[in-house]
Amino acid sequence: MSTFLWVIFPYICLAIFVVGHVWRYQYDKFGWTTRSSQLYESRLLRIGSPLFHFGMLGVVLGHFIGLVIPQSLTDRLGLSHEAYHVIALAGGIPAGIAAVVGLAILVYRRRTVGPVFSATTVNDKVMYAVLGLVIALGMWNTIAGSLLTIGGEYNYRDGVSPWFRQIFWFQPDATLMEDAPLGFQLHAFLAFLLFAMWPFTRLVHVFSAPLGYVTRPYIVYRSRDDRPGVATGTRAQKRGWERVG
Amino acid sequence: MRVMAQMAMVMNLDKCIGCHTCSVTCKQAWTNRQGTEYVWFNNVETRPGLGYPRGYEDQDEWRGGWIRTDNGRLKLRAGGRLNKLLTIFSNPKMPSIQDYYEPWTYDYETLLNAPAQETFPVARPQSLISGKQINIEWSANWDDDLGGSREHAAKDPMLKGIADKVKFEFEQTFMFYLPRICEHCLNPSCAASCPSGAIYKREEDGIVLVDQDKCRGWRMCVTGCPYKKVYFNHKTGKAEKCTFCYPRIEVGIPTVCAETCVGRLRYIGLMLYDADKVLEAASVEDEHDLYEAQRSVFLDPHDPAVQREAERAGIPGDWIEAAKKSPVWRLISEYKVALPLHPEYRTMPMVWYIPPLSPVVDVIKDTGFDAEDKDNLFAAIDALRIPVEYLANLFTAGDVRPVNDVLRKLAAMRSYMRDINLGRDPQASIPESVGMTEEEMYEMFRLLAIAKYSDRYVIPPAHGEQAHALEELATDCPVSGFDDEIFETSGPFGEGSGRGGVTPVAVENLKMLQQRQTADTLVAGGSKRGRVNLLNWDGRGMPKGLFPDRASAGDQAPAPGRGDTEPVDDPALLDDGQARPDNTAGADGGPR
Ligand code: HEM
Ligand code: SF4
Ligand code: SF4
Ligand code: SF4
Repeated sequence: MSTFLWVIFPYICLAIFVVGHVWRYQYDKFGWTTRSSQLYESRLLRIGSPLFHFGMLGVVLGHFIGLVIPQSLTDRLGLSHEAYHVIALAGGIPAGIAAVVGLAILVYRRRTVGPVFSATTVNDKVMYAVLGLVIALGMWNTIAGSLLTIGGEYNYRDGVSPWFRQIFWFQPDATLMEDAPLGFQLHAFLAFLLFAMWPFTRLVHVFSAPLGYVTRPYIVYRSRDDRPGVATGTRAQKRGWERVG
Repeated sequence: MRVMAQMAMVMNLDKCIGCHTCSVTCKQAWTNRQGTEYVWFNNVETRPGLGYPRGYEDQDEWRGGWIRTDNGRLKLRAGGRLNKLLTIFSNPKMPSIQDYYEPWTYDYETLLNAPAQETFPVARPQSLISGKQINIEWSANWDDDLGGSREHAAKDPMLKGIADKVKFEFEQTFMFYLPRICEHCLNPSCAASCPSGAIYKREEDGIVLVDQDKCRGWRMCVTGCPYKKVYFNHKTGKAEKCTFCYPRIEVGIPTVCAETCVGRLRYIGLMLYDADKVLEAASVEDEHDLYEAQRSVFLDPHDPAVQREAERAGIPGDWIEAAKKSPVWRLISEYKVALPLHPEYRTMPMVWYIPPLSPVVDVIKDTGFDAEDKDNLFAAIDALRIPVEYLANLFTAGDVRPVNDVLRKLAAMRSYMRDINLGRDPQASIPESVGMTEEEMYEMFRLLAIAKYSDRYVIPPAHGEQAHALEELATDCPVSGFDDEIFETSGPFGEGSGRGGVTPVAVENLKMLQQRQTADTLVAGGSKRGRVNLLNWDGRGMPKGLFPDRASAGDQAPAPGRGDTEPVDDPALLDDGQARPDNTAGADGGPR
């Protein structure tokens, strides 16, 4: 069971994540969008969305530091566990709160603003449920586990983090996760579930964050038949209509 | 010199009767889909008036277009690249659906299914956005023909500086119509605002398009365009805009809006311009110089040096020929009677306008003087500051001189031609007084007044060797229907997703039109059986749901007060059992 949960399941999810994105990009470039709802409502979005997104970016950065940078490295740099902890909490808690409050505003808006609600698909609802749970569990782990130390102290940098890194070396040790508290287990499990759902939700917009905008010239010129094998204008070429010669 | 060709349009405002035919045909062709109900690629607004979306010209509020910084460079008014990325999570200046209007339909079902009763049932308006009943308080043409002008037109941003002079007393107001489409700008701020680089200007003909596969829905272009001519499709989550009907232009036929224009006031043709000089011209310091600066970017197709350079730049010979015959070139650069709309936005717009002389003529007529006399007209143009200053705010960033010049030319043409029409000797002094020869004036008259189809539209088709890439040719093929994907308009990720969603423009729209006519739903989700949107009905065939099903009509229309068992006696039924659409008791007195 634990091999399935902490070895097989993560790989399945990651495989779906990667293959799913490639497939969706091939199959559905047209559907690859934020599906912005700002046309319907601006006031709540103006507060909720930046709060949520900046919070989320902080949280993602925090996870990167916490999961990817091994404890041995910070040790070698002379950063004590306590100092690391303080820094992590000082950065993580505000980011987490911003994300949670932002998400709460966004969900409230989705539910109460008529047009936004009728534009919400089942897909969105499931995504919100899982995303919300992952974030809530993450907050619980941070506050209850690290700050208030309810249920004993747990250093995730000895357990969850090495396991996560091992996944990428293809030798995950399931026992590391078996020993983790339930909150961490659930958080990790649902996060992988979210990764598996990712390519099929609106969350794909994260991968088209338009960083190229900073360097490209303002005005884009394009020839009518510029891209080989692709027709003009607003559509991709149909099968059977490839150009000959 | 880097010669590029631009497909451009000129509209002669004196001839616009404000019939909205252009808007409706464009809508039928391109935006009769869910998600674009509120979208009018072509709209006609009454001026003075707020326009659509409401007050869009107030750039202090909407922050569209470019501004010139102190060191002479151009900057997007809504903020540069980093600024855009930092505010991407929520666009600070996005017009809401209320600024356009909330699209609606009527609850026809109530009308059709209501039992016979004393009071006539009403069809209540229902929002196409939320599906709920709404109170209609605004729409795209709420202030049409100066309706409610004290409240609405008085807020027209273009009245700044002259508001005290413009009276909204009915007997003293002037008005005219302003049809607007995307300007297909030489320096498009919509494209510059797009973080994904999905909006591009076509090298061949300068048409500005949104690549639907590359747009990611960051909705920054909506703010970026000062004319508010990029719209957000709220169903697909992508930006859409006027395409200058490129599938038609590519095969050499005019745009839908031009082709169907009742006043026959639109001219389409090529302009050659020097792409290297665009930015410089858009950055001139004084706003009043922008009109001249933009004209200086255009290249004379009759100049052999220009022709050589154009050929070097790969512009085909027949295109250069077409540029020589272009009515747009003649109106803008030879007769100089066309002016750009809001040059002060610095986007270098390419749909130009011949300002209307009619407000001036009307005033003279009202005072009982001869409105075709040159001197009367000239005197009125000089004396009537209101229409002239107002027109200047629209077309020349407030500089009245060019507007005056154009109006004098139109006035001169009017009185010069009167002499000819009445069989009198034409007076050469009239064209001279506005710096034209008699011949030029006559040719201008032919172009403006006779306006033959072949003179109005000089559109060289795109090239045969590129035919595989032509939209309309590909879609014309009858066998393309074999590909089922074309007809699969929606994938699992919402309307239009999946490969099937991005179909040839024509087929996609016709298919969607057909689906909407037969669809049961008002908005996504929730079934509202029997509701019909008559806006999308082209008059052919019978939209499903307009009348109750024949087969079930007998049991669907019980006669109240008589019991359900005797439908045959119900006078509200036709003899074949079909319910009468208006539900009134038949004068023919029941079944025969
Ligand atoms: C990194 C760059 C990102 C960018 C540029 C970005 C941008 C956007 C934009 C423009 C919207 C549309 C807002 C609207 O107008 O309605 C949006 C919505 C959303 N984003 Fe992001 N996003 C990013 C990252 C993320 C991440 C990391 C997550 C979560 C894991 C996320 C989750 C969401 C959700 C849930 C919504 C829907 C909000 C709603 O309308 O209820 N985004 N994003
Ligand atoms: S008018 Fe058209 S081309 Fe110009 S900025 Fe607006 S959308 Fe772009
Ligand atoms: S050019 Fe075509 S798409 Fe643009 S407004 Fe006219 S009809 Fe509509
Ligand atoms: S169809 Fe022609 S005359 Fe009628 S509103 Fe449009 S531009 Fe004006």
